[in-house]
Amino acid sequence: MGYPYSHDSEVPILTKHFGEPEARTLAGWKARGGYVALEKALAMSPADVIEEVKASGLRGRGGAGFPAGIKWSFMPSEREKPHYLCCNADEAEPGTFKDRELIRWTPHQLIEGCLIAAHAIQAEHVYVYCRGEFFEATQVFARAVEEAYEAGIIGADLMGSGHTIDLTVHVGAGAYICGEETGLMNSLEGRRGEPRIKPPFPAAAGVFGMPTTVNNVETLCAVPHILANGGEWYRQWGTEKSPGTKIFCVSGHVRRPGNYEFPLGFPLSELIHDVCGGIRDDNALKAVIPGGSSVPFLSEAECRDCMLDYEGVVEAGSMLGCASVIVMDEKTDIVHQVRRMAEFYAHESCGQCTPCREGSDWVVKILRRIEDGRGTEEDLDTLMEITRQMTGTTICVLSDSVAAPVQSSIEKFRDEYLALIRRGERVGAA
Amino acid sequence: MSDNTTTETVTLTVDGQDVTVPKGTTILQAIDQVGTEIPHYCYHAGLSAPAMCRLCLVEVEGAPKLLPSCVTQATDGQVVHTESENAVGMRRGVLEFYLVNHPLDCPVCDQSGECKLQDYVFTEGRERGRSREPKRIFGRDDFGGDVLFYGDRCVMCTRCVRFMEEIEQKPLLTIVDRGTRSIIDTFFERGLEEAEWGGNVVDICPVGALVSKDFLHKARAWDLKHTPSVCGSCSQGCNIDLHTRDNLVHRIKPRFNADVNGHWMCDYGRGNYEWLNRSDRVEEPTFVDDGRAVQLGWDATLEALEQRLAGVTGGVKAVVSASWSNEDLGAVAKFVESLGGGEIVFRSARAEDESPLKGFPSLARRRDLVPNIKGAELLGMTRVGGDEGRGGLEGVADHDGLIVVLGDDLADQDESFGSKASLFVYLGAHTSVGASAAHFTLPVSTFAEQKGTFTNHEGIVQEFLPALEAPGSARPASYVISSLVGAPA
Repeated sequence: MGYPYSHDSEVPILTKHFGEPEARTLAGWKARGGYVALEKALAMSPADVIEEVKASGLRGRGGAGFPAGIKWSFMPSEREKPHYLCCNADEAEPGTFKDRELIRWTPHQLIEGCLIAAHAIQAEHVYVYCRGEFFEATQVFARAVEEAYEAGIIGADLMGSGHTIDLTVHVGAGAYICGEETGLMNSLEGRRGEPRIKPPFPAAAGVFGMPTTVNNVETLCAVPHILANGGEWYRQWGTEKSPGTKIFCVSGHVRRPGNYEFPLGFPLSELIHDVCGGIRDDNALKAVIPGGSSVPFLSEAECRDCMLDYEGVVEAGSMLGCASVIVMDEKTDIVHQVRRMAEFYAHESCGQCTPCREGSDWVVKILRRIEDGRGTEEDLDTLMEITRQMTGTTICVLSDSVAAPVQSSIEKFRDEYLALIRRGERVGAA
Repeated sequence: MSDNTTTETVTLTVDGQDVTVPKGTTILQAIDQVGTEIPHYCYHAGLSAPAMCRLCLVEVEGAPKLLPSCVTQATDGQVVHTESENAVGMRRGVLEFYLVNHPLDCPVCDQSGECKLQDYVFTEGRERGRSREPKRIFGRDDFGGDVLFYGDRCVMCTRCVRFMEEIEQKPLLTIVDRGTRSIIDTFFERGLEEAEWGGNVVDICPVGALVSKDFLHKARAWDLKHTPSVCGSCSQGCNIDLHTRDNLVHRIKPRFNADVNGHWMCDYGRGNYEWLNRSDRVEEPTFVDDGRAVQLGWDATLEALEQRLAGVTGGVKAVVSASWSNEDLGAVAKFVESLGGGEIVFRSARAEDESPLKGFPSLARRRDLVPNIKGAELLGMTRVGGDEGRGGLEGVADHDGLIVVLGDDLADQDESFGSKASLFVYLGAHTSVGASAAHFTLPVSTFAEQKGTFTNHEGIVQEFLPALEAPGSARPASYVISSLVGAPA
């Protein structure tokens, strides 16, 4: 059952129980087959759990798509210091709303995934870092955690396994940058949410200086299913390099926006025109941002044959990111949209690195001027050069996130900028 | 390169030049060894490196992106390019970013002339900035202590924040807000008044964001003469530069010495320089002849003194100041010895406690608030008087033989001091009521006006050079005395 919209052709693994209030309770979750996978995993050795997840080919759902099993295997195999697991529930990428729904409808799915992952990396403590604005989701989750603690599913000797894994829900203050894994760790430690320089990588020295793994909510939610059914089972969906199912958050000018779970490799055009009911008012499609606002635009032509898996979207000219598909129809003012996105990133820049701190603000000022009809054609060259200097020159990739939409929009929708600069014409203004 | 014996070094190539450095050295330090400076703001040799200014990015062959040289370790066989098109282009870009919001108020900025933003932009920045947008304005803020903050000039390198956190270990500064709105600030009204080493943040600020209130608009950097010296305010012996203009000390800046003070110095020492500019100086040699004070120049005065010394009886008592050099004190010791020996005492102000710099444990503002206690003690001189640097001269004041005073201003004494002496010689820098009875008043230079050495509390002998011209006929005390004792055989 998708929520609020669903489609018959969906493959609901993670989203199966969306919209069922009973699934939020421990009893309800157990009735739906919950915590079987955890029991099974706790009986396995950590190395075997990692092998199973490696076999599934599950890739990180936070955006980078790094294989989860391999990430876990970076943790020291001997526990000389405390190990920690951080669940990144700071979902803040514009266009993304899958983690919030996973937490508020299936909190026990996430708890189960966290505990299995913690067992795999021999972590004694799980920190679930929730985005500050997730009031309801955090409440639901905290209640589920309480219930699980009372039932002996979390804590000392969990499920009679002899292991101890604690879980803390930590609420952020709503800063985008705390969704970056090292920024998240700084925030968790009570410092400013500023990304750290790597190396050292989190698996060597993460939160509180201890070996740490940071995983996205959706990644962790997939883990119980993989453990319950096996890695090979998971591979029945998706492509060779991008196995499994993925939740696509579709927003923008479609008739039925929402979360849809499909195997990776699903065609983008089918998602828009069939699953989501097509474009509003039967308008023509102009552009799609396929992976959250920090990835490049896809033009209408690029969308046609785009397959939604990690490789397919790159081939089409963008990135899958966290699969947040933002659809824009012909009435969309691209300059306006890009300005709004750039404003968001400029506002959320932590301000450590000069190119991001100064560059993002400068980009916004130029875009505002262009939007006000006071732009020049040289501004476009300046924007391209500034954003080039903002790419790959900073500690984290927030700076690159400002650059991607600006650069790709100027490349792919230059006419729209020029119409505004030369003639003051704005799309959709009439 | 060296494959068998030394595993502790690595050899890399910087702009085509081989350089061998100890393992663990950063690329930035290796570049430094080659003799090139790679621009940087956030990196400071005395602090941690956050790698956030993104100026020291270099191209390393095989690396997909430019790497921050301040945190990237040098490895064997690494090929580093600082002057490649990519590296230079990126630095130009970053420098342009710095100027987007910088007010370019160099004409009224104290840092002008010693500003790293000026230097770097002048060397390799764009000829013209492309930003046409209005600039962000923060304004000015009093940070307390001697520190004034001009937010608009700040490059957000956070050196000041890290100094307070890591070195003084009193985190009184922080970053407020984020992104382009981020700014350095104090916590509420708790400014740097509570800091004892806060002046260092002005030194390490690469631009004119943090400036000294004391120095504010006093002089342009290029008009100041820098003279290597040693701080005279306590027995630590911090290495300093005296910055002078028009024969006045305008400010004191610490000079790096890894063994004594690192990059740092305390606020007390930094602010205690006005006495070097005092105008109530003894300028001409004067002696009392037939009840009349006469000034006949050095030769006649010293001749007269020599005659008087020949007939002096009753033994010698000397009072010196440990603010004078080893050479001057040594000359006094020798002089007293040549007259048959006698007691030499000194007085010095002492603070209640030491004030250590937590992040640099070998440095503290020491209890003794004069620089050459150790030197005086090693010459066999003894301390008298209280911790405020007064008293203890009862035995000298009424002495009926020869009294020699060097440097001590006798500020707690009245006209009767030395009035019973058969001969009272005052070698002083400042005029003093306590020296009213002196038969000979001989002007001597302070440490800022002469070459010499101090011995610090650990016994390290450190040289200082003349930064100021001595007033009138004043000359180093050692010159004056040695002409009396005669050249040593």
